[in-house]
Amino acid sequence: MVRSGNKLKRIFSIVPLASAVAWAQGAFAQAPQSVFAPAGPVAQTQLNLLSLTLWIAIGIFVVVGSILLYTVIRFRARPGDPIPKQIQGNTTLEVIWTVIPIIILIVIAVPTVRDAFGLASPPPVDDVLNVRVIGYQWWWAFEYPDLGIVTANELRVPVGKVVNLTLESNDVIHSFWVPRLAGKMDVIPNRVNTMWFVAEEAGIYYGQCAEFCGTSHANMRFRVIAQPENEFHAWVEGRRAVEAFSPANDLVARGQAIFESTGTCFACHNVDGTAANGQVGPDLTDFASRTTIAAGLLANTPENLARWLRDPQAVKPGALMPRLPLSDDDIQALTAFLYSLE
Amino acid sequence: MNHSGHVEYTATGMPNRKLAIWLFLASECMFFGALIATYLIYQGQSLVGPYPEDLFDIPLTTVSTFILLMSSLAMVLAVAAAQKEDLKQTRLWLAVTALMGLTFLGFQAYEYNHFIHAGLTLSVNLFGSTFYVMTGFHGAHVAIGVIWLSSLFAHTFRPVDPKRRALDIEIAGLYWHFVDIVWIVIFTVVYLLGVGG
Amino acid sequence: MATVQESFPTQRAAILPRPKSTTGFWSWVTTVDHKRIGIMYAVTAIFFFLVGGIEALIIRLQLFSPDMNVVSADVFNQLFTMHGTTMVFLAVMPLSAAFFNYLLPLMLGARDVAFPRLNAFSYWLFLFGGIFINTGWFVNAAPAVGWFGYANLTSPAYTPGLATDFWNIGLQILGIGTLVSAFNFIVTIINMRAPGMTLMKMPVFAWTTLVTSFLIIFAFPSVTVGMILLTFDRLFNANFFEVAANADVVLWQHLFWIFGHPEVYILILPAMGIVSEVLPTFARKPLFGYSVMVFSTILIGFLGFAVWSHHMFTVGMGPVVNSIFSLATMAIAIPTGVKIFNWISTLWGGSIRFKAPLLFALGFVWMFMIGGLSGVMHSSAPSNAQQQDTYFVVAHFHYVLIGGAIFALFAGLYYWFPKVTGRLMNEKIGVVNFVLMFIGFNVTFFPMHFLGLMGMPRRIYTYDPALGLQFWNQVSTIGSFILAAGVAVYLYNLAVSLKKGELAGEDPWDARTLEWMLPNPPPVYNFARIPVVSARDEFWARKYEGAPAKEVAAGSEDEEDGIHLPGNSYFPIIMAGMITLFGYGLLYSGALAVAAIILTILSAMGWAFEGVGGTIIYPKGDAE
Ligand code: HEA
Ligand code: HEA
Ligand code: HEC
Ligand code: CUA
Ligand SMILES: [Cu+2]
Repeated sequence: MVRSGNKLKRIFSIVPLASAVAWAQGAFAQAPQSVFAPAGPVAQTQLNLLSLTLWIAIGIFVVVGSILLYTVIRFRARPGDPIPKQIQGNTTLEVIWTVIPIIILIVIAVPTVRDAFGLASPPPVDDVLNVRVIGYQWWWAFEYPDLGIVTANELRVPVGKVVNLTLESNDVIHSFWVPRLAGKMDVIPNRVNTMWFVAEEAGIYYGQCAEFCGTSHANMRFRVIAQPENEFHAWVEGRRAVEAFSPANDLVARGQAIFESTGTCFACHNVDGTAANGQVGPDLTDFASRTTIAAGLLANTPENLARWLRDPQAVKPGALMPRLPLSDDDIQALTAFLYSLE
Repeated sequence: MNHSGHVEYTATGMPNRKLAIWLFLASECMFFGALIATYLIYQGQSLVGPYPEDLFDIPLTTVSTFILLMSSLAMVLAVAAAQKEDLKQTRLWLAVTALMGLTFLGFQAYEYNHFIHAGLTLSVNLFGSTFYVMTGFHGAHVAIGVIWLSSLFAHTFRPVDPKRRALDIEIAGLYWHFVDIVWIVIFTVVYLLGVGG
Repeated sequence: MATVQESFPTQRAAILPRPKSTTGFWSWVTTVDHKRIGIMYAVTAIFFFLVGGIEALIIRLQLFSPDMNVVSADVFNQLFTMHGTTMVFLAVMPLSAAFFNYLLPLMLGARDVAFPRLNAFSYWLFLFGGIFINTGWFVNAAPAVGWFGYANLTSPAYTPGLATDFWNIGLQILGIGTLVSAFNFIVTIINMRAPGMTLMKMPVFAWTTLVTSFLIIFAFPSVTVGMILLTFDRLFNANFFEVAANADVVLWQHLFWIFGHPEVYILILPAMGIVSEVLPTFARKPLFGYSVMVFSTILIGFLGFAVWSHHMFTVGMGPVVNSIFSLATMAIAIPTGVKIFNWISTLWGGSIRFKAPLLFALGFVWMFMIGGLSGVMHSSAPSNAQQQDTYFVVAHFHYVLIGGAIFALFAGLYYWFPKVTGRLMNEKIGVVNFVLMFIGFNVTFFPMHFLGLMGMPRRIYTYDPALGLQFWNQVSTIGSFILAAGVAVYLYNLAVSLKKGELAGEDPWDARTLEWMLPNPPPVYNFARIPVVSARDEFWARKYEGAPAKEVAAGSEDEEDGIHLPGNSYFPIIMAGMITLFGYGLLYSGALAVAAIILTILSAMGWAFEGVGGTIIYPKGDAE
């Protein structure tokens, strides 16, 4: 009787445990980069698998841990204990605890293999968005080969559409990871990797480079911005309407002049419609419509931009944009110019 | 009381040093395996020449391979002589083995020289890197073998317990055969199968 | 201990005479006694453990909140690289080696390891390699490539200067030492067992050492080749990992992990061996399922070579390869689970005495299980894509490495301390030590599971405040200081117990295996007469089961009346020094490198022809 009472207690203790885990998962899902808040089928599938393995792990730990705890309490030495019976082993038992784990592992293995294949290639639909992702030390370039546009650090995609990525690196190995949309895939020089995802809700998804890639690995962040189809198209159209840039005012004109003067910005940055077509740094054509500066590091505000231009390495250690001798006036002009790039 | 003469007690009956050299060679298998695998992975991946087919002179390397192969025979004779405690023959065959090893190294030096003049350097392409490092490490093994055999040769002029000497030479022999076999693999994979691949 | 010594005639004039002193500094430098070498390994490894631990504490401080400026980004990257490298290669592996060295001959009933001078050589290479790797700190060039140094970040183009070379070449120096000691231990175990001790009568610790050593000799060559290729790239402009020459940078990952995965079992198997010795002693029962334990150790060793790509699930190898490696990885849970269940069964029905060694061993079983289970979670490739390179992985491997390896090693340090010193560790302080480490460890590393799944990548010196990661990072940092306090308590206990610890007497734990048949500490020659073994737990069998106390004189006839102790030697340290010098030569001066090669060859010859030396010792009265 006493024994079964204990057993009942142990079973019931799983309920608070389970609710604690559920609560924790809920709390962790609040974090913007959380694996527990999937917003698309890839991340969802991965979370399902993760949850399965997590619950099995918790289950095994609770059962085996309890037995261990029970054993050490029950068999603690008491004064006057005789020498315990010297048991060498027990074949039946040993077979049992070899077979049970095998069964448990099969339960994990089957969905593992299923999902490995299931997630390997995107669903066979025609209407997809292709994006070429290129990793640079320490920022991201995004090219839309079918749309003819290039942007940086903020990947805009339409909601609900399959996005096919090809991943390449310009220098060392990086890894592309947006936890709420899909698990990571490495970005490796001399290789082209592929991955896909679908963003099912509009929103901003945080992503981050997940393979150590040098000094500012920690600052190699990015965003995926999922927009309703029409907004996305409006953005695309705006980006494609390449016309010669005409400065709205003198300050902007001066900014453009600085930007395009020898040895400065235009050597590295591209801005459609101007003389600047550098390929070393991020494309700045749509700079004003970005939400962040320097690969997700700073909010895109004039003060932050000025900070960046004044001394990039102070903002982002190791950044490969040089510190140029710019006066405050130059910076003001450049800022005006950059914010006119919608 | 010649202490070094006693046969040490071991649980398996195999002398410790012999067991150790076997283990060492097992480890070396992985070492050369990794080098050869690297070579194979990079085979045909070089962006610029010279390529293997531009350089390899199979007949020439066959000769040096044959010499190395024959040196194993000499090594066997040296071991046998040492076990029979025939000092003269031991010396003779140790010397022959070492000289054949040296000859092989000579061929290798010639080959390197020739390749470098033909433009194959360590840095020029993947073939150059993989080829020189793999064959270079093999050559270094041969060189160490030659030094080892030479010191054993010199050692024959000292009074040493013959059983111990036989073991010394047998152990060096195991090493020597191994180095030889590795070359056979390299020769087959790199020279014979590799050209045109 | 009344002994008579007689110096052993050297056969002929050698380059350097055999050193004579038996006490003092030079006697340690030139020692070939496995017990002394074991102690030197332990002291050095604990020193490096503190170094790695202090590096970790700085890491934790920097991550306390997103706006910390304890160190710069570059220094942070150096810190985790050196922390990982130090802990794996300079702390845990050599600490295991300390146990191998000190205990194996005693457990096997041997006078020493098979090759005493090589054993000293291994130690010196470890010490010098460790110094070599750490040289970077002093010349402002510590490596910052991560402990697995993925190509092509290690290319000169991305990490110019000497930093990466210190790491790369230092590890090769260490690698030679490790390989040599692995050969030595395998030969010792296979060849030097006391009469009657069949393989299946060896202590499990000897088995785990054997399998570990085999893992070393088959796994190390792979990474050695990788590092050699890298050396050629960095120093001689070869192209192995140069993208411009069409190299495949993933080759490095294969070469590294073919070593790297077996490496993690190299780290854990000795720990499992220690636990398999401690639990039976304190439960006063034999190890449950001995043969299954042995078999599962071997199986883990084999499987360990078949799973390396589970570190590369996100490299893009495709579903077929990923699935195969997933399944192979999961399979390892089976032999490991068997071990857990056998340990529990060992305790079951026992009479468990809660001494410090047992506490640490129980902590091991507990936390290793957590780490193993998160390992199984990693092994599912599709969900691994969400875990790889995050703090979830950091949590996993610290659970197996600290909760596993370190706790077991501490169990061993407590358990065998009386054997080495003749004194007991203070038990009360020991309990405090355990409690602090246990709590500190879990507070530090359990939250890392959350952090990883909340999207915190590893190896970041700062994080976006918007990510909501601050709270758990703070908890973790606080935990790490509790853990450090626990380690400090250990050091205190060590100091106190060395000086004033209670005398252990003979057999303080009522132990089961051969080493406890010797006095504490054992005499230089270990066994005056070699015991003849008739049972697995020979000592226990003699004490309680009336096994016959048979002994023989070891070795050859000429030892009948005396024990030959091998002479000390200068050559191990000289040769290790020359190899290390070669490493510096590669970086600083070609002439130095060439000179070092020649000196290495010369010292090898001096070594080979040094002659026997040593002393004959006649133990009197202490043969049982
Ligand atoms: C001591 C070292 C050690 C040990 C023993 C292990 C053990 C295991 N490890 Fe771990 N691992 C590391 C050290 C170790 N690991 C390190 C250092 C890294 C990171 C390297 C780096 O990137 O820097 C790593 C990374 C790592 C990865 C890659 C993660 C990533 O980067 O994405 C994976 C993936 O599969 C993995 C899996 C496993 C598995 C399945 C085991 C298994 O052996 C565990 C088996 C044990 C159990 C399962 C528990 C007991 C069993 C039972 C109670 C039976 C019942 C259980 C079941 C049926 C499931 N490990
Ligand atoms: C066995 C191996 C081992 C051990 C024991 C540890 C121990 C610890 N590690 Fe470990 N760690 C690794 C192996 C190990 N680690 C590896 C392989 C990596 C990956 C590296 C990489 O990414 O390349 C890693 C990475 C790693 C990270 C991630 C870094 C990053 O990705 O950015 C962190 C972060 O918290 C961390 C923390 C700790 C802590 C707090 C301890 C603590 O347990 C430390 C406890 C010890 C002490 C605190 C020392 C006590 C000191 C004193 C008591 C002071 C005494 C003072 C004097 C005598 C002067 N480690
Ligand atoms: C030598 C090349 C180089 C020059 C010259 C250069 N940049 Fe950059 N720039 C870069 C690189 C590389 C980055 C990406 C840095 C990072 O995020 O790590 C960058 C980033 C930026 C960004 C942030 C872009 C984003 O999407 O986050 C702005 C804005 C910028 N540069 C403006 C300028 C201006 C204005 C000038 C001239 C005054 C200039 N750059 C000169 C290389 C350069
Ligand atoms: Cu790019 Cu980390
Ligand atoms: Cu692994």
